[in-house]
Amino acid sequence: MLAPFSGVLRTVSERGHVSTAIRLTNLRKEFGDVVAVDSVDLDVADGEFLTLLGPSGSGKTTVLRMIAGFEQPTSGTIELAGVDVTQVPPYSRDVNTVFQDYALFPHMDVLSNVEYGLKVKKVSKAERRQRAEEALAAVRLEDYGARKPSQLSGGQRQRVALARALVNRPRVLLLDEPLGALDLKLREQMQVELKELQRAVGITFVFVTHDQEEALTMSDRIAVFDAGRIAQIGTPVEIYEHPKTPFVAGFVGVSNLLEAGVAASLLGREGLWSVRPEKIRVLLGTASPEGSERAAAGVIREVVYVGMSTRFIVDLDAGATLIAVQQNSHATSSELGAMRGQRVTLMWNTEHEIPVG
Amino acid sequence: MATTTASPPKGGFGYRHPRARLAALLAAPMAWLVVVYLGSLAALFLTAFWTVDGFTGALVRTFTLENFVDVFTTPAYLQTMLRTLGIAISVTLLCLLIGVPVAFFMARVARPRWQPLLVALILTPLWASYLVKVYAWRAMLSPEQGVLAWFLAPLGLDSPGFGELSIIVTLTYLWLPYMILPVYAGFTRVPNSMLDASADLGAKGWRTFRSVIVPIIFPTMVAGSIFTFSLSLGDYITAQIVGGKVIMLGNVVQQNYVTNLPFAAAFATIPVIIVLLYLAAVRRTGALDNL
Repeated sequence: MLAPFSGVLRTVSERGHVSTAIRLTNLRKEFGDVVAVDSVDLDVADGEFLTLLGPSGSGKTTVLRMIAGFEQPTSGTIELAGVDVTQVPPYSRDVNTVFQDYALFPHMDVLSNVEYGLKVKKVSKAERRQRAEEALAAVRLEDYGARKPSQLSGGQRQRVALARALVNRPRVLLLDEPLGALDLKLREQMQVELKELQRAVGITFVFVTHDQEEALTMSDRIAVFDAGRIAQIGTPVEIYEHPKTPFVAGFVGVSNLLEAGVAASLLGREGLWSVRPEKIRVLLGTASPEGSERAAAGVIREVVYVGMSTRFIVDLDAGATLIAVQQNSHATSSELGAMRGQRVTLMWNTEHEIPVG
Repeated sequence: MATTTASPPKGGFGYRHPRARLAALLAAPMAWLVVVYLGSLAALFLTAFWTVDGFTGALVRTFTLENFVDVFTTPAYLQTMLRTLGIAISVTLLCLLIGVPVAFFMARVARPRWQPLLVALILTPLWASYLVKVYAWRAMLSPEQGVLAWFLAPLGLDSPGFGELSIIVTLTYLWLPYMILPVYAGFTRVPNSMLDASADLGAKGWRTFRSVIVPIIFPTMVAGSIFTFSLSLGDYITAQIVGGKVIMLGNVVQQNYVTNLPFAAAFATIPVIIVLLYLAAVRRTGALDNL
């Protein structure tokens, strides 16, 4: 899948290396009385896969639209490759966008859709055709050029949208929840393909999603958005293993918060703490901790069977409720069902206790 | 526990007989369509091939192409036909020229809360009587004393007077809402992301309008033009009131239907055929597929 896209690979290397593809400084956007984006500072490195992650209304899409030029920031600046483009209209910015609804032109066939950007830029017909066919080949749709978008499946439309954007060889590709409308299987497949494509073409990707798993799988770095601000920015491992705020801990993965009082009595530690559910072992009856392990007694309130694993919701005697996830390597579903209401001991290594504020 | 021997529950008659349900739904409209509409159209076509006895004026029910030969060989009739066609095309083009920007403004520029009001304003003239509006235009266009003449007098100009131009102006006024409304509906259905995508790919406003918006709303422009074109083609009252000596196709039909019904029928067939040809041409563009 990578070979046909050599054209794109070449241009990126010809451009030479610029360390910062995008720099957002103190970016703010108001819609009437609503502050959608507030004091956002962000540097995106050339060739990086950065994900803007957050719930709906957190401002991530607005940031993306400001980078594309569809929205004007209320204040702050946007730089692309070191040039201030805050006042530059979208048609003059070296970025391209893959839209959530794909926004394919319904009256054009697939090839014309892909050629559109080149045609607007007056690229010669022969080169246009060749590059469009290359781009379609890169998304494995070489035989679909003559079809209308209405004759394609959701996944195919998504790929056409991708080819239509990439054929312009932009410095930055913006993707606004591009996988949101696909079913789970296709989404997982496209996640892998997108990541491979991004590695192959070396273009900076800014990817917007509300799906934390998608963000963790694909990104070099993740910026977690909460109420218009960046709550935390870091690699997937940093975000997951070391969430800095209760919001990040809760939004990425299952939170398992230990409030101040519980943390003090159970862990003997100050402040708010969290333990990831897969780090916790569930032992029937009483057990005593060894070495650096921590034990907490409680009662299983609920057992949720999720196929590959089982989720136990445990009310601790100390007062908190923790969720523990165990692989279903041995247990059968009937055995698991019988565990509801039983007394258990939860065990985890103290190094998995994360301070979240 | 009591055992029950009752039959399983059933739906009503209509539920069990979907065809009967469909028949009940469509009986009245089908009767209307077949008897009134298709019936009268068939009568029109049939009559067009009859003739009248030149001496007694009585209807002669024998097949002849005489009427059509008359229509296509008499220069005055041919001229009227072409003039009517020209008027209908002019009215349609003017409606497009005026209607598309208005529809664009309503759907894409005006604030959303003003949109229902604007639609109501476009609809308002349709509630007024056709005759009132045409006579109002007569007053407007009247040479020397008309409103238009009064306005143009300081410039040393006069109203165009009663004639072809006045017919075109008046018909454009009359049919404009039929162009604006479908095109407006078309504009509202173009998603914003489509415009963003075009800008994102490097197109400025005019390019986006030309390459994305117009092709997408083209079917609605065609829909509007079917109204303006066919309504203009069949009109004769406007020509009578503001046309002066100019006559249109409908006037010829009106002048003949008492004395020579078969000839009037043959002449009335012409606009039907023109509209059918127009629809066929439009169909070839694919514009009707998305209606």
